[in-house]
Amino acid sequence: MSAIWAVGEVVGGQPTRLTLELATLAGELAGAGGRTTVVLVGADPSAAAEVARHGPDVIVDRAEPPEEADATSVALAVAELIDQHEPDVLLIGGSPEGKDVAGTLLGLTDLPMLVAANGVTATDGRISVEMGTFGGRVITASSFASGGGIVLVRPGSVTARTSDVPGAVTEMTVTPRRTLPAVSVVERVAAPAGGPSIDGASIIVGVGRGVGGREGIELLEDLATSLGAAVGATRAVVDAGWMDFAQQIGQTGKTVKPDLYIAAGVSGAIQHKVGVQSVGTIVAIDTDRDAPISEYADVFVVGDLFEVVPRLTAAIHEAREGT
Amino acid sequence: MNTLVLVKAVPLVGEERLDGDRLTERSDLEPNGADEYCLERALQLAETHGGEVSVLTMGPAAAAEALRKALAMGAERAYHVEDAQLAGSDIRSTVAVLHAAVRRVDFDLLLTGADSSDGQGGVIGAALATRLGLPYLSNAADIQTPQPGMVRIKRLSPLGYDVLEAPTPAVVMGMQLLGEPRYPSLRGVMAARKKETLSWSLADLDIDASTVGWGASSTMVDRVERAPSRERGITIDAPADEAARGVASFLAERGLI
Repeated sequence: MSAIWAVGEVVGGQPTRLTLELATLAGELAGAGGRTTVVLVGADPSAAAEVARHGPDVIVDRAEPPEEADATSVALAVAELIDQHEPDVLLIGGSPEGKDVAGTLLGLTDLPMLVAANGVTATDGRISVEMGTFGGRVITASSFASGGGIVLVRPGSVTARTSDVPGAVTEMTVTPRRTLPAVSVVERVAAPAGGPSIDGASIIVGVGRGVGGREGIELLEDLATSLGAAVGATRAVVDAGWMDFAQQIGQTGKTVKPDLYIAAGVSGAIQHKVGVQSVGTIVAIDTDRDAPISEYADVFVVGDLFEVVPRLTAAIHEAREGT
Repeated sequence: MNTLVLVKAVPLVGEERLDGDRLTERSDLEPNGADEYCLERALQLAETHGGEVSVLTMGPAAAAEALRKALAMGAERAYHVEDAQLAGSDIRSTVAVLHAAVRRVDFDLLLTGADSSDGQGGVIGAALATRLGLPYLSNAADIQTPQPGMVRIKRLSPLGYDVLEAPTPAVVMGMQLLGEPRYPSLRGVMAARKKETLSWSLADLDIDASTVGWGASSTMVDRVERAPSRERGITIDAPADEAARGVASFLAERGLI
């Protein structure tokens, strides 16, 4: 039995999926009789209620309006709450914002920290953190030498579940005793996403340098549309400016775990492989029969994607009609 | 405008030689990819506005190779924090040591990469900014210095991007979108041989060796195993029509479509 806290993140008025995952994970780790609390800075009541439906108590810090809460103000408020309540473990989501909060908290508190957690378990109150190192080739389980600390949790390490017993929401105004230098916001620009997000997608179509440009990408977008899939990209495709960084899969992009990944024109070098090694089924289409992806795809088609992909879109359509 | 870029020497991706949970000393190291994007941007800023670019690493002797590459790309000076006692340092010690080191360098901008390919933390920049009491601007897809004493970045946000501004000195965490790093030219490689690398031990940084390394680590590795590798599947080398039907029926059998 222990006190497990988490820092939540609200985007566009809603808690992120990762926040709900942390709420669920906190409940798993706290065990029977344990206390779980999620801190939300500047969230509105509906966002707080959504988090509480997943089990934990929720503290909403109303000191900042939602749009003003940046990583610095979140970290300062959380540092203050940690001082007062001394939780055993603090979970933070491994999103870009979460990493900023975690780093700032590390600077403020000097608490022990474990990062890039793919899985977190508790045995007799002792926390074990599983992570992949060296590009995922090695899996390690780590723990805190004594007591607890901060765990930075990657997206998708647990599946968010609502609880039969929702937590209580408490609103308060946290007044941090410390301050940090301000960064001014000159402008906020909303950029609409270019299609369904690859985060949490069950089918992803992967675009590699072999598509050659816009024309090839459109063939793959057609395939994705017919499958209800999201479209991901390799680093080369993003570097070429053909697709957004948000769609990048691999070491410097995202790690994805769809049931099905269809890669076209993707050579599948190690930097890309580490982003897809937990995928259910990999289908790859490439002209180079020795492409690295041929070594780890479940089905490897030697062929020109411009010929294969339109026919595959049609064949999948037919197969579905037939059932 | 003087810029200090933190460069971590990481194992060549996919080429790591492992002995238990530790890298063997024979592992080849290269500059961390995310840090190279920052170095590239720093060099461009210096080319446009003047000033000097320095690089700093904390790592074993082999990390000198990564510094040499940075010097060959165009950095003027390198700092190497190297001490046998540093092996096994946790994130807390790493922040403490880097803090002690960067304080000794005069900079307007301190640049750090979005994360490292081996540790994947991405928290060092924010922690250092907090310790230094400097503004922290993260996830920079672009870095500009519109006037002396000021840095402006384009920060990717969950809903688009923000334009952020802060007075210098400041800490900026940069990402891949800063642009592809240059390759060192032959002239750069030659020039690098004449450039200065300053080595700092823990004693040079006034750090008590008992506060860092394996012995002082607040975290420990309990278990290490090789990740199960994916196996080669079936290869279809057939006319496009046939290949497409083959894939479709495979997917249908697995219930994926």
